[in-house]
Amino acid sequence: MKDKAHVVIVGGGVIGTGVAYNLAKMGMTDVVLVEQKRHSYGSTGRCGGGIRQQWSTEENIRLAKASVEQFERMNEELGVDIGYIQGGYLIPAFTEDEVRDYRKNMALQNSLGVPTRWLSNEEIKELVPMLNTEKMMGATFCPTDGHANPFAVTEGYARRAKEMGVEINLFTTVTGIDVVDGEVKRVHTDRGDIETEFVVNAAGPYSPLIGRMAGIEMPNKPYRHEILATERFRHFLDTMIISFHHGLYFSQTTRGEIVGGIGNPDEKPGYNLSSSLDFAVRMARALIEFMPQFKNVNMVRQWAGFYDVTPDAKPILGEVDEVRGFIQANGYSGHGFMLAPIVAQLMAELIVDGKTSMPIESMNMRRFKDMDMVQEANVVG
Amino acid sequence: MSDEDVIICRCEDVTRADVLKAIRDGYTDLESLRHHLNIGRGPCQGKTCIPLVTRILRQETCASMDEIGLPTARPPMRPIPLGVLNVKEGDE
Repeated sequence: MKDKAHVVIVGGGVIGTGVAYNLAKMGMTDVVLVEQKRHSYGSTGRCGGGIRQQWSTEENIRLAKASVEQFERMNEELGVDIGYIQGGYLIPAFTEDEVRDYRKNMALQNSLGVPTRWLSNEEIKELVPMLNTEKMMGATFCPTDGHANPFAVTEGYARRAKEMGVEINLFTTVTGIDVVDGEVKRVHTDRGDIETEFVVNAAGPYSPLIGRMAGIEMPNKPYRHEILATERFRHFLDTMIISFHHGLYFSQTTRGEIVGGIGNPDEKPGYNLSSSLDFAVRMARALIEFMPQFKNVNMVRQWAGFYDVTPDAKPILGEVDEVRGFIQANGYSGHGFMLAPIVAQLMAELIVDGKTSMPIESMNMRRFKDMDMVQEANVVG
Repeated sequence: MSDEDVIICRCEDVTRADVLKAIRDGYTDLESLRHHLNIGRGPCQGKTCIPLVTRILRQETCASMDEIGLPTARPPMRPIPLGVLNVKEGDE
Protein backbone atom coordinates (compact mmCIF):
# COMPACT_ATOMS: atom_id res chain seq x y z
CA MET A 1 0.00 0.00 0.00
CA LYS A 2 1.21 3.51 -0.86
CA ASP A 3 2.26 5.65 2.13
CA LYS A 4 1.60 8.95 0.36
CA ALA A 5 -1.14 10.07 -2.04
CA HIS A 6 -2.75 13.33 -3.17
CA VAL A 7 -6.22 11.97 -2.39
CA VAL A 8 -7.45 9.25 -0.03
CA ILE A 9 -11.01 8.07 -0.63
CA VAL A 10 -12.72 6.36 2.30
CA GLY A 11 -15.40 3.97 1.05
CA GLY A 12 -15.54 1.48 -1.84
CA GLY A 13 -19.20 1.86 -2.75
CA VAL A 14 -20.61 3.57 -5.82
CA ILE A 15 -19.67 7.04 -4.54
CA GLY A 16 -16.07 6.25 -3.58
CA THR A 17 -15.31 4.24 -6.72
CA GLY A 18 -17.11 6.89 -8.80
CA VAL A 19 -14.92 9.65 -7.36
CA ALA A 20 -11.83 7.49 -7.99
CA TYR A 21 -12.87 6.91 -11.61
CA ASN A 22 -13.61 10.60 -12.25
CA LEU A 23 -10.34 11.74 -10.66
CA ALA A 24 -8.40 9.32 -12.84
CA LYS A 25 -10.35 10.42 -15.92
CA MET A 26 -9.32 14.02 -15.16
CA GLY A 27 -5.67 12.91 -14.96
CA MET A 28 -5.40 12.68 -11.17
CA THR A 29 -4.20 9.14 -10.48
CA ASP A 30 -2.25 9.72 -7.26
CA VAL A 31 -5.25 8.34 -5.42
CA VAL A 32 -5.71 5.59 -2.84
CA LEU A 33 -9.15 4.16 -2.07
CA VAL A 34 -9.66 2.25 1.19
CA GLU A 35 -12.67 0.05 1.90
CA GLN A 36 -13.31 -1.77 5.15
CA LYS A 37 -14.96 -4.79 3.48
CA ARG A 38 -15.52 -5.35 -0.23
CA HIS A 39 -16.99 -3.14 -2.94
CA SER A 40 -20.68 -2.30 -2.42
CA TYR A 41 -20.78 -3.92 1.03
CA GLY A 42 -22.08 -0.99 3.07
CA SER A 43 -25.01 0.59 1.23
CA THR A 44 -24.64 0.40 -2.54
CA GLY A 45 -25.06 -3.38 -2.76
CA ARG A 46 -28.09 -3.35 -0.49
CA CYS A 47 -30.11 -0.74 -2.37
CA GLY A 48 -33.05 -1.08 -4.74
CA GLY A 49 -31.16 0.34 -7.73
CA GLY A 50 -33.76 2.98 -8.61
CA ILE A 51 -32.84 6.04 -10.70
CA ARG A 52 -35.42 8.80 -10.37
CA GLN A 53 -35.67 12.47 -11.31
CA GLN A 54 -39.06 13.05 -9.68
CA TRP A 55 -37.99 15.12 -6.67
CA SER A 56 -39.54 18.05 -4.85
CA THR A 57 -36.44 20.26 -4.56
CA GLU A 58 -34.51 21.89 -7.37
CA GLU A 59 -31.09 20.59 -6.24
CA ASN A 60 -32.13 16.94 -6.27
CA ILE A 61 -33.92 17.27 -9.62
CA ARG A 62 -30.87 18.90 -11.26
CA LEU A 63 -28.44 16.32 -9.81
CA ALA A 64 -30.68 13.37 -10.74
CA LYS A 65 -31.18 14.64 -14.30
CA ALA A 66 -27.42 15.04 -14.79
CA SER A 67 -26.91 11.51 -13.41
CA VAL A 68 -29.44 10.00 -15.81
CA GLU A 69 -27.51 11.49 -18.73
CA GLN A 70 -24.47 9.57 -17.47
CA PHE A 71 -26.34 6.30 -16.76
CA GLU A 72 -27.60 6.41 -20.37
CA ARG A 73 -24.05 6.09 -21.75
CA MET A 74 -22.47 4.13 -18.91
CA ASN A 75 -22.37 0.67 -20.56
CA GLU A 76 -20.19 2.13 -23.27
CA GLU A 77 -18.11 4.35 -21.00
CA LEU A 78 -17.28 1.69 -18.38
CA GLY A 79 -17.36 -1.36 -20.64
CA VAL A 80 -19.79 -3.25 -18.40
CA ASP A 81 -23.46 -4.15 -18.60
CA ILE A 82 -25.01 -2.14 -15.78
CA GLY A 83 -28.42 -3.80 -16.21
CA TYR A 84 -30.03 -0.47 -17.05
CA ILE A 85 -33.76 -0.43 -17.69
CA GLN A 86 -35.09 3.01 -18.55
CA GLY A 87 -38.74 2.12 -18.09
CA GLY A 88 -39.81 5.11 -16.03
CA TYR A 89 -41.04 5.60 -12.48
CA LEU A 90 -44.76 5.55 -11.74
CA ILE A 91 -45.86 7.39 -8.60
CA PRO A 92 -49.59 6.93 -7.93
CA ALA A 93 -51.47 9.40 -5.71
CA PHE A 94 -53.99 8.15 -3.14
CA THR A 95 -55.35 11.41 -1.62
CA GLU A 96 -56.37 14.88 -2.84
CA ASP A 97 -53.34 16.34 -1.01
CA GLU A 98 -51.02 13.96 -2.83
CA VAL A 99 -52.60 14.87 -6.19
CA ARG A 100 -51.95 18.55 -5.46
CA ASP A 101 -48.35 18.00 -4.23
CA TYR A 102 -47.43 15.65 -7.10
CA ARG A 103 -48.79 18.11 -9.69
CA LYS A 104 -46.76 20.87 -8.09
CA ASN A 105 -43.61 18.70 -8.14
CA MET A 106 -44.33 17.79 -11.76
CA ALA A 107 -44.46 21.49 -12.72
CA LEU A 108 -41.09 22.10 -11.04
CA GLN A 109 -39.60 19.00 -12.72
CA ASN A 110 -40.97 20.09 -16.14
CA SER A 111 -39.52 23.59 -15.66
CA LEU A 112 -36.09 21.97 -15.23
CA GLY A 113 -36.45 19.81 -18.34
CA VAL A 114 -37.60 16.53 -16.75
CA PRO A 115 -40.42 15.03 -18.88
CA THR A 116 -42.76 13.96 -16.06
CA ARG A 117 -46.44 13.73 -17.08
CA TRP A 118 -49.77 13.06 -15.40
CA LEU A 119 -51.52 9.73 -16.06
CA SER A 120 -55.19 8.96 -15.41
CA ASN A 121 -56.07 5.57 -13.90
CA GLU A 122 -56.96 4.34 -17.42
CA GLU A 123 -53.52 5.40 -18.66
CA ILE A 124 -51.89 3.69 -15.67
CA LYS A 125 -53.69 0.47 -16.67
CA GLU A 126 -52.41 0.81 -20.21
CA LEU A 127 -48.85 1.18 -18.94
CA VAL A 128 -48.98 -1.59 -16.29
CA PRO A 129 -52.07 -3.75 -16.95
CA MET A 130 -51.61 -5.90 -13.83
CA LEU A 131 -51.63 -2.95 -11.43
CA ASN A 132 -54.65 -2.62 -9.12
CA THR A 133 -55.69 1.02 -9.64
CA GLU A 134 -58.85 0.85 -7.49
CA LYS A 135 -57.71 3.33 -4.82
CA MET A 136 -55.46 5.40 -7.07
CA MET A 137 -56.26 8.98 -8.12
CA GLY A 138 -53.91 9.16 -11.09
CA ALA A 139 -50.13 9.16 -11.04
CA THR A 140 -47.08 11.00 -12.22
CA PHE A 141 -44.86 9.15 -14.68
CA CYS A 142 -41.40 10.08 -15.88
CA PRO A 143 -40.36 7.87 -18.81
CA THR A 144 -36.64 8.63 -18.48
CA ASP A 145 -36.44 7.38 -14.87
CA GLY A 146 -35.35 3.76 -14.44
CA HIS A 147 -33.15 1.35 -12.52
CA ALA A 148 -29.81 -0.44 -12.82
CA ASN A 149 -27.57 -2.98 -11.06
CA PRO A 150 -25.59 -1.18 -8.31
CA PHE A 151 -22.91 -3.93 -8.09
CA ALA A 152 -22.19 -3.66 -11.81
CA VAL A 153 -21.86 0.13 -11.74
CA THR A 154 -19.47 0.02 -8.75
CA GLU A 155 -17.43 -2.78 -10.26
CA GLY A 156 -17.23 -0.87 -13.55
CA TYR A 157 -16.01 2.31 -11.82
CA ALA A 158 -13.47 0.37 -9.71
CA ARG A 159 -12.05 -1.56 -12.64
CA ARG A 160 -11.61 1.51 -14.84
CA ALA A 161 -10.10 3.51 -11.96
CA LYS A 162 -7.59 0.71 -11.31
CA GLU A 163 -6.69 0.43 -14.99
CA MET A 164 -5.88 4.16 -14.96
CA GLY A 165 -3.61 3.86 -11.91
CA VAL A 166 -5.74 4.33 -8.78
CA GLU A 167 -4.76 2.04 -5.89
CA ILE A 168 -7.71 0.23 -4.33
CA ASN A 169 -7.30 -1.49 -0.96
CA LEU A 170 -10.20 -3.71 0.11
CA PHE A 171 -10.51 -5.17 3.63
CA THR A 172 -8.64 -2.14 4.96
CA THR A 173 -10.02 -0.22 7.94
CA VAL A 174 -9.44 3.48 8.58
CA THR A 175 -8.47 3.87 12.23
CA GLY A 176 -7.70 7.59 12.48
CA ILE A 177 -7.23 10.88 10.63
CA ASP A 178 -4.59 13.48 11.53
CA VAL A 179 -5.57 17.12 11.16
CA VAL A 180 -2.76 19.65 11.63
CA ASP A 181 -3.42 23.42 11.68
CA GLY A 182 -6.92 22.91 10.28
CA GLU A 183 -5.66 20.82 7.38
CA VAL A 184 -5.90 17.11 6.56
CA LYS A 185 -2.44 15.50 6.94
CA ARG A 186 -2.62 11.72 7.27
CA VAL A 187 -5.00 8.76 7.23
CA HIS A 188 -4.23 5.84 9.53
CA THR A 189 -5.36 2.34 8.55
CA ASP A 190 -4.86 -1.13 9.99
CA ARG A 191 -2.45 -1.75 7.09
CA GLY A 192 -0.35 1.40 7.35
CA ASP A 193 -0.59 5.19 7.19
CA ILE A 194 -1.08 7.40 4.13
CA GLU A 195 0.08 11.00 4.02
CA THR A 196 -2.41 13.05 2.01
CA GLU A 197 -3.86 16.45 1.11
CA PHE A 198 -7.46 15.36 0.53
CA VAL A 199 -9.74 12.91 2.29
CA VAL A 200 -13.05 12.07 0.61
CA ASN A 201 -15.58 10.80 3.13
CA ALA A 202 -17.65 8.41 1.01
CA ALA A 203 -18.39 6.01 3.85
CA GLY A 204 -22.19 6.36 3.57
CA PRO A 205 -23.89 5.32 6.81
CA TYR A 206 -20.49 5.08 8.48
CA SER A 207 -19.46 8.60 7.42
CA PRO A 208 -20.22 10.21 10.82
CA LEU A 209 -17.65 7.82 12.35
CA ILE A 210 -15.05 8.88 9.77
CA GLY A 211 -15.93 12.56 10.34
CA ARG A 212 -15.43 12.18 14.06
CA MET A 213 -11.86 10.90 13.46
CA ALA A 214 -11.11 14.35 12.01
CA GLY A 215 -12.94 16.11 14.84
CA ILE A 216 -16.03 16.81 12.71
CA GLU A 217 -19.51 16.27 14.18
CA MET A 218 -22.00 15.36 11.46
CA PRO A 219 -25.83 15.48 11.53
CA ASN A 220 -26.57 12.34 9.44
CA LYS A 221 -27.84 9.14 11.05
CA PRO A 222 -28.22 5.54 9.76
CA TYR A 223 -31.76 4.14 9.50
CA ARG A 224 -32.33 0.49 8.63
CA HIS A 225 -34.43 -0.18 5.52
CA GLU A 226 -35.43 -3.72 4.62
CA ILE A 227 -35.81 -5.15 1.14
CA LEU A 228 -36.63 -8.47 -0.51
CA ALA A 229 -36.26 -10.35 -3.77
CA THR A 230 -38.63 -12.87 -5.34
CA GLU A 231 -37.90 -15.77 -7.63
CA ARG A 232 -37.18 -14.88 -11.25
CA PHE A 233 -39.80 -14.93 -13.94
CA ARG A 234 -40.45 -13.69 -17.46
CA HIS A 235 -39.90 -9.97 -17.89
CA PHE A 236 -43.24 -8.15 -17.70
CA LEU A 237 -42.52 -4.93 -15.81
CA ASP A 238 -40.40 -2.11 -17.23
CA THR A 239 -41.65 0.52 -14.82
CA MET A 240 -40.45 1.10 -11.28
CA ILE A 241 -43.47 1.63 -9.06
CA ILE A 242 -43.24 3.68 -5.89
CA SER A 243 -45.78 4.97 -3.42
CA PHE A 244 -44.93 7.67 -0.92
CA HIS A 245 -48.34 6.88 0.59
CA HIS A 246 -47.25 3.31 1.48
CA GLY A 247 -43.50 3.97 1.67
CA LEU A 248 -43.24 1.28 -1.00
CA TYR A 249 -41.11 0.69 -4.10
CA PHE A 250 -40.60 -2.28 -6.41
CA SER A 251 -39.26 -3.10 -9.85
CA GLN A 252 -38.25 -6.11 -11.92
CA THR A 253 -34.51 -6.50 -12.52
CA THR A 254 -32.96 -7.60 -15.82
CA ARG A 255 -32.50 -10.98 -14.08
CA GLY A 256 -36.29 -11.22 -13.68
CA GLU A 257 -36.59 -10.91 -9.91
CA ILE A 258 -38.97 -8.46 -8.28
CA VAL A 259 -36.92 -6.38 -5.84
CA GLY A 260 -38.59 -3.98 -3.47
CA GLY A 261 -38.93 -2.55 -0.01
CA ILE A 262 -41.32 -0.78 2.32
CA GLY A 263 -40.39 1.68 5.05
CA ASN A 264 -41.12 1.37 8.74
CA PRO A 265 -42.09 4.73 10.27
CA ASP A 266 -41.18 3.40 13.74
CA GLU A 267 -37.58 2.57 12.77
CA LYS A 268 -35.06 4.16 15.15
CA PRO A 269 -31.60 5.26 14.02
CA GLY A 270 -28.74 2.83 14.70
CA TYR A 271 -26.50 0.22 13.13
CA ASN A 272 -29.03 -2.61 13.03
CA LEU A 273 -28.88 -4.78 9.88
CA SER A 274 -31.10 -7.68 10.96
CA SER A 275 -34.01 -8.95 8.85
CA SER A 276 -37.50 -9.03 10.33
CA LEU A 277 -40.60 -11.15 9.70
CA ASP A 278 -42.65 -7.98 10.30
CA PHE A 279 -41.11 -6.47 7.17
CA ALA A 280 -41.74 -9.58 5.06
CA VAL A 281 -45.41 -9.59 6.11
CA ARG A 282 -45.95 -5.88 5.45
CA MET A 283 -44.14 -6.09 2.11
CA ALA A 284 -46.12 -9.16 0.99
CA ARG A 285 -49.37 -7.39 1.92
CA ALA A 286 -48.42 -4.25 -0.01
CA LEU A 287 -47.20 -6.13 -3.12
CA ILE A 288 -50.41 -8.16 -3.26
CA GLU A 289 -52.49 -4.99 -2.83
CA PHE A 290 -50.68 -3.44 -5.82
CA MET A 291 -50.69 -6.62 -7.93
CA PRO A 292 -52.96 -9.43 -6.66
CA GLN A 293 -51.12 -11.97 -8.89
CA PHE A 294 -48.08 -11.62 -6.64
CA LYS A 295 -49.74 -13.93 -4.10
CA ASN A 296 -48.41 -16.96 -6.01
CA VAL A 297 -44.88 -15.62 -6.37
CA ASN A 298 -42.14 -16.98 -4.12
CA MET A 299 -40.00 -14.69 -2.02
CA VAL A 300 -36.45 -16.11 -1.99
CA ARG A 301 -34.38 -13.61 -0.01
CA GLN A 302 -34.63 -10.60 2.29
CA TRP A 303 -31.94 -8.31 3.65
CA ALA A 304 -31.41 -4.84 5.08
CA GLY A 305 -29.32 -1.76 4.45
CA PHE A 306 -29.10 1.80 5.71
CA TYR A 307 -30.49 5.09 4.56
CA ASP A 308 -27.80 7.63 5.51
CA VAL A 309 -30.29 10.31 6.53
CA THR A 310 -29.69 14.06 6.93
CA PRO A 311 -32.16 16.49 8.58
CA ASP A 312 -33.36 17.81 5.17
CA ALA A 313 -32.94 14.52 3.20
CA LYS A 314 -30.39 16.11 0.89
CA PRO A 315 -26.74 15.02 0.62
CA ILE A 316 -23.76 16.60 2.34
CA LEU A 317 -21.31 17.63 -0.38
CA GLY A 318 -18.07 19.58 -0.50
CA GLU A 319 -15.24 20.72 1.71
CA VAL A 320 -15.78 21.18 5.44
CA ASP A 321 -15.20 24.79 6.60
CA GLU A 322 -13.19 23.78 9.67
CA VAL A 323 -10.88 21.20 8.04
CA ARG A 324 -9.22 22.06 4.74
CA GLY A 325 -8.99 19.05 2.42
CA PHE A 326 -11.80 17.11 4.10
CA ILE A 327 -14.43 16.51 1.40
CA GLN A 328 -17.89 15.22 2.34
CA ALA A 329 -19.73 13.02 -0.18
CA ASN A 330 -22.41 11.37 1.93
CA GLY A 331 -25.83 11.84 3.55
CA TYR A 332 -27.82 10.74 0.49
CA SER A 333 -30.82 9.78 2.62
CA GLY A 334 -31.73 6.74 0.52
CA HIS A 335 -30.91 8.02 -2.96
CA GLY A 336 -27.12 7.83 -3.21
CA PHE A 337 -26.96 5.31 -6.04
CA MET A 338 -29.06 7.42 -8.40
CA LEU A 339 -27.08 10.61 -7.66
CA ALA A 340 -23.67 8.90 -7.72
CA PRO A 341 -22.55 9.60 -11.31
CA ILE A 342 -22.90 13.39 -11.13
CA VAL A 343 -21.83 13.72 -7.49
CA ALA A 344 -18.70 11.68 -8.20
CA GLN A 345 -17.88 13.95 -11.14
CA LEU A 346 -18.46 17.13 -9.10
CA MET A 347 -16.30 15.93 -6.21
CA ALA A 348 -13.47 15.13 -8.65
CA GLU A 349 -13.82 18.62 -10.18
CA LEU A 350 -13.70 20.18 -6.73
CA ILE A 351 -10.42 18.39 -5.96
CA VAL A 352 -8.72 18.89 -9.35
CA ASP A 353 -10.05 22.34 -10.36
CA GLY A 354 -11.07 23.79 -7.01
CA LYS A 355 -14.54 24.51 -8.43
CA THR A 356 -17.55 22.56 -9.72
CA SER A 357 -19.50 22.76 -12.99
CA MET A 358 -22.81 22.69 -11.06
CA PRO A 359 -23.51 24.68 -7.87
CA ILE A 360 -23.20 22.57 -4.71
CA GLU A 361 -22.97 25.39 -2.13
CA SER A 362 -26.49 24.76 -0.82
CA MET A 363 -25.46 21.17 0.01
CA ASN A 364 -22.46 22.10 2.14
CA MET A 365 -22.58 20.87 5.73
CA ARG A 366 -22.62 24.47 7.00
CA ARG A 367 -26.36 24.69 6.19
CA PHE A 368 -27.10 22.67 9.33
CA LYS A 369 -25.26 25.16 11.52
CA ASP A 370 -27.34 28.03 10.13
CA MET A 371 -30.43 25.79 9.93
CA ASP A 372 -30.75 27.22 6.44
CA MET A 373 -32.50 24.23 4.90
CA VAL A 374 -35.20 23.42 2.33
CA GLN A 375 -36.69 20.01 3.05
CA GLU A 376 -36.81 17.32 0.33
CA ALA A 377 -40.27 15.72 0.63
CA ASN A 378 -40.06 12.90 -1.94
CA VAL A 379 -38.28 10.23 0.13
CA VAL A 380 -39.79 6.78 -0.20
CA GLY A 381 -40.07 4.45 2.80
CA MET B 1 -17.21 -34.24 -20.14
CA SER B 2 -14.18 -32.63 -18.59
CA ASP B 3 -14.01 -31.44 -15.02
CA GLU B 4 -14.14 -27.85 -16.24
CA ASP B 5 -17.65 -28.31 -17.66
CA VAL B 6 -19.18 -29.50 -14.41
CA ILE B 7 -22.10 -27.28 -13.41
CA ILE B 8 -21.41 -25.75 -10.02
CA CYS B 9 -24.51 -23.52 -9.80
CA ARG B 10 -27.62 -25.09 -11.32
CA CYS B 11 -29.74 -21.97 -10.84
CA GLU B 12 -27.38 -19.82 -12.94
CA ASP B 13 -25.59 -22.39 -15.18
CA VAL B 14 -22.18 -21.54 -13.75
CA THR B 15 -19.44 -24.09 -14.53
CA ARG B 16 -16.24 -24.99 -12.71
CA ALA B 17 -14.35 -23.18 -15.50
CA ASP B 18 -16.34 -19.99 -14.78
CA VAL B 19 -15.42 -20.23 -11.10
CA LEU B 20 -11.73 -20.81 -11.85
CA LYS B 21 -11.65 -17.85 -14.22
CA ALA B 22 -13.30 -15.57 -11.63
CA ILE B 23 -10.73 -16.62 -9.01
CA ARG B 24 -7.93 -15.86 -11.48
CA ASP B 25 -9.57 -12.45 -12.08
CA GLY B 26 -9.14 -11.64 -8.40
CA TYR B 27 -12.48 -12.61 -6.84
CA THR B 28 -10.94 -14.57 -4.00
CA ASP B 29 -13.56 -14.31 -1.26
CA LEU B 30 -16.95 -15.99 -1.38
CA GLU B 31 -19.10 -12.86 -1.24
CA SER B 32 -17.25 -11.17 -4.11
CA LEU B 33 -17.50 -14.38 -6.16
CA ARG B 34 -21.18 -14.61 -5.36
CA HIS B 35 -21.89 -11.13 -6.71
CA HIS B 36 -19.58 -11.49 -9.70
CA LEU B 37 -21.01 -14.83 -10.86
CA ASN B 38 -24.56 -14.32 -9.54
CA ILE B 39 -24.31 -17.63 -7.72
CA GLY B 40 -26.32 -18.29 -4.58
CA ARG B 41 -29.16 -15.97 -5.59
CA GLY B 42 -31.50 -18.42 -7.32
CA PRO B 43 -34.19 -20.63 -5.79
CA CYS B 44 -31.68 -22.70 -3.76
CA GLN B 45 -30.03 -19.55 -2.35
CA GLY B 46 -26.60 -21.15 -2.45
CA LYS B 47 -27.37 -24.43 -0.71
CA THR B 48 -25.93 -26.35 -3.67
CA CYS B 49 -23.20 -24.12 -5.02
CA ILE B 50 -21.67 -22.41 -1.98
CA PRO B 51 -20.09 -25.58 -0.46
CA LEU B 52 -18.69 -26.51 -3.90
CA VAL B 53 -17.32 -23.03 -4.55
CA THR B 54 -15.83 -22.92 -1.05
CA ARG B 55 -13.92 -26.12 -1.80
CA ILE B 56 -12.64 -24.85 -5.14
CA LEU B 57 -11.57 -21.56 -3.53
CA ARG B 58 -9.65 -23.38 -0.80
CA GLN B 59 -7.94 -25.65 -3.33
CA GLU B 60 -7.00 -22.77 -5.61
CA THR B 61 -5.96 -20.13 -3.07
CA CYS B 62 -4.95 -22.18 0.00
CA ALA B 63 -6.86 -19.50 1.93
CA SER B 64 -8.28 -20.09 5.39
CA MET B 65 -12.03 -20.06 6.00
CA ASP B 66 -11.52 -16.69 7.70
CA GLU B 67 -10.09 -15.23 4.50
CA ILE B 68 -12.75 -16.82 2.30
CA GLY B 69 -15.57 -15.68 4.55
CA LEU B 70 -19.01 -17.34 4.55
CA PRO B 71 -21.81 -15.35 2.87
CA THR B 72 -24.55 -14.08 5.16
CA ALA B 73 -27.47 -16.51 5.28
CA ARG B 74 -30.66 -14.64 4.34
CA PRO B 75 -34.18 -15.57 5.35
CA PRO B 76 -36.35 -17.38 4.40
CA MET B 77 -34.77 -20.88 4.59
CA ARG B 78 -36.89 -21.98 1.62
CA PRO B 79 -38.79 -19.89 -0.94
CA ILE B 80 -42.21 -18.95 0.40
CA PRO B 81 -45.21 -17.63 -1.59
CA LEU B 82 -46.05 -14.00 -0.79
CA GLY B 83 -49.68 -15.12 -0.36
CA VAL B 84 -48.65 -17.20 2.66
CA LEU B 85 -47.07 -14.12 4.28
CA ASN B 86 -50.13 -11.98 3.49
CA VAL B 87 -51.81 -12.34 6.90
CA LYS B 88 -54.40 -9.69 7.73
CA GLU B 89 -53.62 -7.08 10.36
CA GLY B 90 -54.61 -8.42 13.78
CA ASP B 91 -54.03 -12.04 12.69
CA GLU B 92 -50.27 -11.90 13.20
